[in-house]
Amino acid sequence: MQLESMYQDIILDHYKHPHGRGLREPFDGESFQVNPTCGDEVTLRVHVDDDTITDVSYDGQGCSISQASVSVLNELVVGNTVEQAMTTMNAFVELMQGRGTVEPDEDVLDDGIAFAGVAKYPARVKCALLGWMALKAALASAGAAEAAQGVEVQ
Amino acid sequence: MSLDVATLRADFAILTRTVRDEKPLVYLDSGATSQRPRQVLDAERKFLETANAAVHRGAHQLAEEATDAYEDARAKIAAFVGVDSGSISGSAGGGEIVFTKNATEGINLVAYAMSNAATAGPEMKRFTLSEGDEVVITEMEHHANLVPWQQLCQRTGATLRWFGVTDDGRLDLSNIDELITERTKVVAFTHQSNVLGTINPVRQLVAKAREVSALTVLDACQSVPHGPVDFHELGVDFAVFSGHKMLGPSGIGVLYGRRELLEAMPPFLTGGSMIELVKMEGSTFASPPQRFEAGVPMTSQAVGLGAAVDYLNSIGMDNIAKHEHELTRAAVAGLSAIDGVRIVGPGIDEDGDVHDRGGAVSFVVDGVHPHDVSQVLDSLGIAVRVGHHCAWPLHRRLGIPATVRASFYLYNQPSDVDALVAGVREAQRFFGVTDEEPANGQA
Repeated sequence: MQLESMYQDIILDHYKHPHGRGLREPFDGESFQVNPTCGDEVTLRVHVDDDTITDVSYDGQGCSISQASVSVLNELVVGNTVEQAMTTMNAFVELMQGRGTVEPDEDVLDDGIAFAGVAKYPARVKCALLGWMALKAALASAGAAEAAQGVEVQ
Repeated sequence: MSLDVATLRADFAILTRTVRDEKPLVYLDSGATSQRPRQVLDAERKFLETANAAVHRGAHQLAEEATDAYEDARAKIAAFVGVDSGSISGSAGGGEIVFTKNATEGINLVAYAMSNAATAGPEMKRFTLSEGDEVVITEMEHHANLVPWQQLCQRTGATLRWFGVTDDGRLDLSNIDELITERTKVVAFTHQSNVLGTINPVRQLVAKAREVSALTVLDACQSVPHGPVDFHELGVDFAVFSGHKMLGPSGIGVLYGRRELLEAMPPFLTGGSMIELVKMEGSTFASPPQRFEAGVPMTSQAVGLGAAVDYLNSIGMDNIAKHEHELTRAAVAGLSAIDGVRIVGPGIDEDGDVHDRGGAVSFVVDGVHPHDVSQVLDSLGIAVRVGHHCAWPLHRRLGIPATVRASFYLYNQPSDVDALVAGVREAQRFFGVTDEEPANGQA
């Protein structure tokens, strides 16, 4: 196994220098998610202004994959509409659940494509999806629930 | 070492395979589940090919042979932990060994029998709990010896209390007289922590529980596979352990109950096999152990576990304990010597040895999350467990979200310890924590 295929430099960079970390106000929705098999956790808040996600703030503890993933999430969805964020989330979930068979679209996922290698390791897929589960639940609690429906994160 | 590892490793075919790009497998996860020798697999296969039938029902020859094989396994297992098996034919009852699905079910069996006692008549009073009664456990329990007691307390109104854990991973017994009192009905604790490796002072806890007539329940999942254990000598009332952690099959666990208690205790699961007399208006129940084995039991698994006990006896539990002690000492010493690595649990004492601890060696690496450590180890062919190991409150108490755990068994060799220590150094190198500070303050 090539460790580097999982731990792309992009992932390690986000892990060591996370984007937008910390919990901020104001926020419209919040979610706490935990991976019960390993104890990794994330608290994530969304601030939605007129259908645009103006901030995603978060805090948590966990492995490099879970923490880098939520940092990438922050970069990918802040400034986008809820609908765009859902499209991005769908693409990310599809990539992660594809067991390494899905070719990621860099135009949609940007730094998120670095997680393609993680998708080959089923035990770590949950780590990568933890923050996205929190985003979905936080948007739902912010009243953007309708848009957040139809995405099944397992 | 008086144990011929090279020879016995040949009995474990899985140890010859490679993983992750042809790396030889270094299996350090026996605390989660052990590997099975050919002798166990052969015994199961032989049973299924020659004598398979539903036990304790039917009068044909296969039914007789299957029942004998099942009860013979019970007798071997009982002898292995120093207790009575009852009549070999099983029909007379009286045995102290109950087969369950796993150790978790064994603990639930006791907890639910105690709930059921509330509606089972005045003669069951000794097993009933109510408001004002207390159940005492410890903060280092596996969830299997924690959640069933939480639930029992919820159902009955009793209060759950617990011993704390010291910073060096021992049970804090300083308040034993305040914790175990006249109100205490049950004291449930682990023999050996599945995270810390700590071996608890069973006799001291049993003596204190007896003073107040509380029942004791011992989680022996991490002790019975790794050294000589005698439940009668320890004096516990109940104990559980699992087959798959001691070279046996999964799907079988063992509950030991002191004869007199099992004879008095109401059942948990009811149905076929566990009855004495059934009428439409009501039923009476069989003597133990049958009273606690409703339905057609797992049979080839019991036979396999019997074969596992034979195998362990042929090596000698003292030899196994001694062998694992050496590996544990080497692992604790080797890991402790690495800058930025901390053992979670008892470390090396002043005499250079480890004491009162078993072969579960958990640790954290500064700046590298346990998941990431295990991923690097996995890439080198080393299988370890990572996470909270079903002991979340313990991790919370110690202020860490997760640990890496290496655990040893009779088939591990000194080179496995060397591989582990080198692998941890490689994880530090890969994540750059040996030269620079981590940017993300991970525990």
